Amino acid sequence: MAAISARHSTRSTPFVWNIGMKIFQDAGHLFRVAAVFLVGLIAFLTLRSFLVPRSFGRYGHYRANAITEIAALPVRYAGHQVCEGCHADVLDVKSKGVHKGVACESCHGALAAHADDPGSVTPVKLDTAVLCVRCHQESLAKPKNFPQVNAVEHSGGAACNTCHQPHSPAMNVGVTQ
Amino acid sequence: MTMTRRQLLILLPAAAVAWDSILASTPEASPNYNMAEHWWAMLIDITKCIGCGSCVRACQLENHVPDGYYRTWVERYHIQDWEMEYPKVDSPEGGKNGFPAAKEAGGKNFFVPKLCNHCADSPCTQVCPVGATFISPDGVVLIDQKYCLGCRYCVQACPYGCRFINPQTKTANKCTLCYHRITKGLTTACCEVCPTGARQLANLKNPNDPIHEFLRTHSVQVLKPQMATHSKCFYYGLDGSVR
Amino acid sequence: MYPNEVELQWSVLIVLYPFLTGLVAGAFILASLERVFQVQAVKPTYRLALLTALAFLLVAPLPLQLHLGHPERSFEMYLTPHGSSAMAMFGFVYLWYLLAVLVLEIWLDYRYDIVVLSQTTTGWRRLLYRILTLGSTNISPRALHIDERAGWLITVIGIPSAFLLHGYVGFIFGSVKANPWWSSPLMPVVFLFSAMVSGIAVVMLLYMLLTTMRREPIDMCCVDTVAKYLFYTFIIDFSLEMLDLIHRIYEADESFRSLDFMVHTKLYFSHIVVQILLGTVTPIILLAITQVAKLNDLVRKRIYAVAGCLTLVGIFAMRWNVVIGGQLFSKSFLGYTTYKMGFVTREGLLMAIMLTILPFIFLWILVKLLPPWPEKTLFAKAASAP
Repeated sequence: MAAISARHSTRSTPFVWNIGMKIFQDAGHLFRVAAVFLVGLIAFLTLRSFLVPRSFGRYGHYRANAITEIAALPVRYAGHQVCEGCHADVLDVKSKGVHKGVACESCHGALAAHADDPGSVTPVKLDTAVLCVRCHQESLAKPKNFPQVNAVEHSGGAACNTCHQPHSPAMNVGVTQ
Repeated sequence: MTMTRRQLLILLPAAAVAWDSILASTPEASPNYNMAEHWWAMLIDITKCIGCGSCVRACQLENHVPDGYYRTWVERYHIQDWEMEYPKVDSPEGGKNGFPAAKEAGGKNFFVPKLCNHCADSPCTQVCPVGATFISPDGVVLIDQKYCLGCRYCVQACPYGCRFINPQTKTANKCTLCYHRITKGLTTACCEVCPTGARQLANLKNPNDPIHEFLRTHSVQVLKPQMATHSKCFYYGLDGSVR
Repeated sequence: MYPNEVELQWSVLIVLYPFLTGLVAGAFILASLERVFQVQAVKPTYRLALLTALAFLLVAPLPLQLHLGHPERSFEMYLTPHGSSAMAMFGFVYLWYLLAVLVLEIWLDYRYDIVVLSQTTTGWRRLLYRILTLGSTNISPRALHIDERAGWLITVIGIPSAFLLHGYVGFIFGSVKANPWWSSPLMPVVFLFSAMVSGIAVVMLLYMLLTTMRREPIDMCCVDTVAKYLFYTFIIDFSLEMLDLIHRIYEADESFRSLDFMVHTKLYFSHIVVQILLGTVTPIILLAITQVAKLNDLVRKRIYAVAGCLTLVGIFAMRWNVVIGGQLFSKSFLGYTTYKMGFVTREGLLMAIMLTILPFIFLWILVKLLPPWPEKTLFAKAASAP
């Protein structure tokens, strides 16, 4: 008798002993809380299946369509192969000189728009006094074997194409057209 | 020199074909591009860089990089004597308009172009909470501009300082290795305009790629090797003082 | 500086965030002292500590949302969390702690009061309490006993959860290998102990302040015990921070020269003066005095108040030094930048001040809805009624 009443006392026995039929009667509120959590979880999972982008996870933990979106961005520089398609004459001159490794757009700027519609988009005429100096102004940090001059001392402020042909800049070749 | 009609008739289709290969990429990626055949990397030859800043300007133009932020930049190093731990470094506007004359004579001086290293074990993709930045199957670390929260964790995690937050889109931004160009058979904008060939793109899955060959036969370095990021931006002639 | 490093990425709001979650973790640990470790002396602060934790936890995501470039996309962290990202996993730790620990524990502890209030109040309050009962009005002794045991179990789970909550914030910083000021295995531990210090201090201050405002006598035994635990935790926190400092100075790796210069110049005021001298050494000395000397109640109360306030300032300074300090130096170790904090901007000082005041407003609302005072606890009232 004493053993049974001790078993049913609520104050001193640990929680685990209270598991019995009566638990459902007095712990109803706990089940209600659990139900609230469960409903929340199901709502979240349902929402998730609608909101996660379709291409997510195809290649890894990211939206695979992002790759195609980035690859589809517009191009501003045409690339020298495109220029050479039309301007083979310049290529002829350039490939014989020391600027053969210099891409067309390195000096002429981004010209994909011009390659797209050569008639209506005209490249800007370049000012060699500013352009050439960017690369060829002498500097301690430039490689020693790179041709560099002090622009002011070298030409006294005259534009570089006065004496050098930019496409093949060896001395005394003649002025550009 | 004017072109004869005959020459024009031959050259125009060639240009059209070339242009078509560019147009074919919008709005979808080029159908001839297979991601599995590429593992992109870059080689930067310090012995050739002249600090002209063409790469910085071209990148800004090609990729609409806002002023004050840089997807690539050039640093100038000055090491007096043997003091490798304390180099003097400057990078005026990222080297965009070249560099002013050096203040100190003598010592070791050189330029170091920098960009996203497209690390194979990149710490930036590791920390992104939502998967907005990732490494593509062909080895380019990219950012999904539509998914990024702008939490800036990736910017903190990059050891090389190559990321920034675009003030207009309020998302993370960085060098994409001109993914929209290299998937169409073009090279990156910075490599295109580099006048000395200091910057070269490489496909490490192509055994015939000349840069791949270069990497196999020359002494190359990476920035911050102790970070173990498996960087794919290789340097030739990188001095030990470079941070 | 690398060109992209000049502008700071994480602002004062990101300083505020670990401060707020630290208060949460600390307040909860204090509450658990009574619940799990049976430290009866601090019982008067039990419910107040829980409500304080909840008030601060509810405000904690706000500085994060205001800082994000795209707060409307923040839910992506729950939709597609990146398993390797500490920040993503923290979203779930936060949710777990809020719902499964704090809200549940408060609900279980207050359930008697809620049921009684749902039957005795009128108007919108009645509706609110009725919703909170979840439809169950069972307040039999057995049900309440079940509540008590369930609450105990939740607190036992809650203690490691509280450690995880703020330890995770420390890990978010400590795992960034690119930043040597942050990257350290000690970072989560230092964050956690400084969180406990700040949480205990804030509950102690709130208890003293609110009890005085209610013109009730302050239970000195309670406050003395809380101050004692504050003192012990502070010793551990200070030791950990000193360990980090000594280790750095001794090993002097490649980052040391740059960081050392930064601490002595840019961070001199916030680190040496505010965090260490004012915010750590002074409170420790003050609390030590109360532990060894026999002082009367009034003097002790004054010392506790001063020590508590200095502690909070010091812990905030610690968060500042970690977050802002970690961005003032270049990863090249060759340069520094400055933090330009705006005032009225979205991430400016005014916003930080408002977000610091907001939890106290929430706390006021919670205290009104769920009174935490021992003599007002309806259960105690009912038990003591003739």
